[in-house]
Amino acid sequence: MTRLVGAVAAAALVVSLASSAGAQTVAPTPAPDPRVGLKAGVRDAGVAARGLELRATLAKPDGFFDPKYPAGEPNPRVTAESEDAAAVDSAAKSTKGKKAGRAKRPARPAWGGLNFANSDLAFSGNHLFVGNFSGFTVYDISSPDKPTLLSAVVCPGGQGDVSVHGNLLFMSVEQTRGRLDCGVRGVEDPVSKDRFRGVRIFDISNVKTPKQVAAVQTCRGSHTHTLVTDPKDPAHVYVYGSGTAGARSAEELEGCSGKDPKEDPQTALFSIDVIEVPLARPQDAKVVARPRIFADEKTGNIAGLWAGGDHGEGTQKTAATNQCHDITVYPAVGLAAGACSGNGILLDISNPVAPKRLDYVSDKNFAYWHSATFNNDGTKVVFTDEWGGGMRPRCQASDQRNWGANAIFDIVDRKLVFRSYHKLPAAQTETENCVAHNGSLVPVPGRDLMVQGWYQGGISVMDFTDSANPREVAFFDRGPLDAKNLITGGYWSAYWYNGRIYGSEMSRGLDVFTLNPTDLLTQHEIDAASRVRSNAFNVQHQDTVSWPADRVVALAYVDQLARGGAIPADRTAMLRAAVTDGDAAQLSMVAGRLDERAAALTGPDATRMKALAQLLTSIK
Amino acid sequence: MRVLDGIPAFALLAIACASAPAPAPAQAPRIVQPGAPGQASREITVAEATDTSGVRHTDADVRFMQGMIGHHAQALEMVALVSTHSRSDDLRRLALRIEVSQADEMQMMRQWLGRRGEPLPDAHAHHTAHGRMPGMLTAAQMAQLAAARGPAFDRLFLEGMIQHHQGALTMVEALFKSSGGGQEPEMFDFASDVEADQAMEIARMRAMLEESTK
Repeated sequence: MTRLVGAVAAAALVVSLASSAGAQTVAPTPAPDPRVGLKAGVRDAGVAARGLELRATLAKPDGFFDPKYPAGEPNPRVTAESEDAAAVDSAAKSTKGKKAGRAKRPARPAWGGLNFANSDLAFSGNHLFVGNFSGFTVYDISSPDKPTLLSAVVCPGGQGDVSVHGNLLFMSVEQTRGRLDCGVRGVEDPVSKDRFRGVRIFDISNVKTPKQVAAVQTCRGSHTHTLVTDPKDPAHVYVYGSGTAGARSAEELEGCSGKDPKEDPQTALFSIDVIEVPLARPQDAKVVARPRIFADEKTGNIAGLWAGGDHGEGTQKTAATNQCHDITVYPAVGLAAGACSGNGILLDISNPVAPKRLDYVSDKNFAYWHSATFNNDGTKVVFTDEWGGGMRPRCQASDQRNWGANAIFDIVDRKLVFRSYHKLPAAQTETENCVAHNGSLVPVPGRDLMVQGWYQGGISVMDFTDSANPREVAFFDRGPLDAKNLITGGYWSAYWYNGRIYGSEMSRGLDVFTLNPTDLLTQHEIDAASRVRSNAFNVQHQDTVSWPADRVVALAYVDQLARGGAIPADRTAMLRAAVTDGDAAQLSMVAGRLDERAAALTGPDATRMKALAQLLTSIK
Repeated sequence: MRVLDGIPAFALLAIACASAPAPAPAQAPRIVQPGAPGQASREITVAEATDTSGVRHTDADVRFMQGMIGHHAQALEMVALVSTHSRSDDLRRLALRIEVSQADEMQMMRQWLGRRGEPLPDAHAHHTAHGRMPGMLTAAQMAQLAAARGPAFDRLFLEGMIQHHQGALTMVEALFKSSGGGQEPEMFDFASDVEADQAMEIARMRAMLEESTK
């Protein structure tokens, strides 16, 4: 029933430079990766970078870290001694004999390693919203290298994924501690009207004082969510809520059940929540559908996809598909890619309320399908595998290179076709939680680039223009937060927005980067990416990027054609000069020649040359 | 020896080390706490924002962790029989998966208790009536399992492990039904993971049982 992806990992992992960069062939010489062996520290860790320059770093504000553990809390390895010590220490205060009933809370400090961790990012105009397990913070980024804090909003209840649409901010709440009134002290009663699990909606027209306008309750809460717009209906937006925890009882929220579908066909498992938000009256937002997107087409069994477990001897154990972890929509092409625990799925969302599954894949090296990113043409999807849930050190030298990695698929006739894996190339230590995590496209014309957070593995920029041969083109990494203990931290997300890369570091705070030119990325390519200006950005909602008819965009293509050898080295200078200074007539003549030459080429260089020719005729 | 994917050696010379700007000091925030939907937001203090007193672990959390360690220990005892008692490759692989995940979770539970200064359960507590958790096999059931071989063992193992795992689901349910249980973020995540993992294995084992009785 389920189709397995063939393992072609090894071939994809060793990328020959010669095959993709002909003219500049240099035999790769083994060199130690500068990311290996970096000094540990919270504020004074060693740093290694290539093609990424840190321009600003802002610690989390007061109120968003535990004063006792500003970096997060250490997870000490348990030794025999510390176990004994704990046992002796607590022998005197045995829990025996205490009455059940009202919760008894020990007087010692709380130990919740994630209470104040930063999480996902969303952008709107000059405002950056940084999600946090305790709420979210708002920064003014009109001077992107000097962000200023506008407000810190306290409203805990889980990882606090954020999305923005106009004056509305959406936030995910999953944990049972979440309260309708944004209170920090949890909900004691197992069944309570005060509890909130679902998607909150805030009015942010005054970003200094956001106001909660709606709180849409769902059975499993919302681990993540995706903003969905309907090109045909500007009066509404939709939110796809994905819950990954257990369902609550019908006693607390009518109609909820977490039962096996055989026992209860109405179970809240095996679905996503579709929330409809009338933009004129967001307070009326409600769940309008729970589509069964994992159903078997033939039998109708709602548990129709991966049932959980391994794929045979020596394979990964993959989680069961009764949820999506994250869904990325691309409304302009009518598609969504769901990273749904045990499967990657492709959905037709031309009717956002009734997403229809087009295809699904499984993978014997994936533990947990976590997130998805389309390329700009909508012809590829990068899925990530969050092996170890993000808390474990899964980038060690001993870890399999195709576990906890990206998997790159082409979309062929609306079906997913596996091409390759790509994993952070530098080995990390056992005190660095590390696995593939959230990223966005970097809009360099003519190439498919994605910047991505790898928790304490740092930030890495991947080129997947050739989906069978992805390669790293830039990176930034710090040493571990602590040399001896694994403190959960690192980059949750790293996203491009209007010329900068913003990194949400769970414990160290917010980082801002520029891309710097290297032999793998030129200044023209970076400048061309920076010409793309967005009014807003939510990473799970992709919009088509287009580039202005601008000489710098043309020069980016010229650089790429020179790099790939499509333009002979002795002609490059001439072409650059013509593109830089030529008048309309000259540009039009050059365009004609390029069109002729492009006809003889294939692959990305043919596409680039045609795009360049087209562009030259439009430059004023 | 590790080689960077496709990055030539000369490129590494471009690495900028320790050129990071000094971290900007944390900016004094305006801390706002929204109210319930439709209600006004208000400014709060740092102390209010960082008050975690209501989401610390409870006795119910401690009992869950202590009990689940014993519960998992019995699963490992059952798994230990598989290599000598079963001839099924599928069952051996399933047993290995159960062993890996239960051992990993036991380590996490010990850490959780140790870090909070809570006592670990007695190593043999699960053998006593007092230590028995929902779904645990009785001494008679364990003896019957140990005496069986081949397909008879496989069937008893699957039935027993399904019963055992269902007990774990009952424990998770009881935790979230207790007053204040599962409020601490790490506790919530752990219990949710146990629920997902055991439910998945139950489904897998039911399918194997159905297959074997065809």
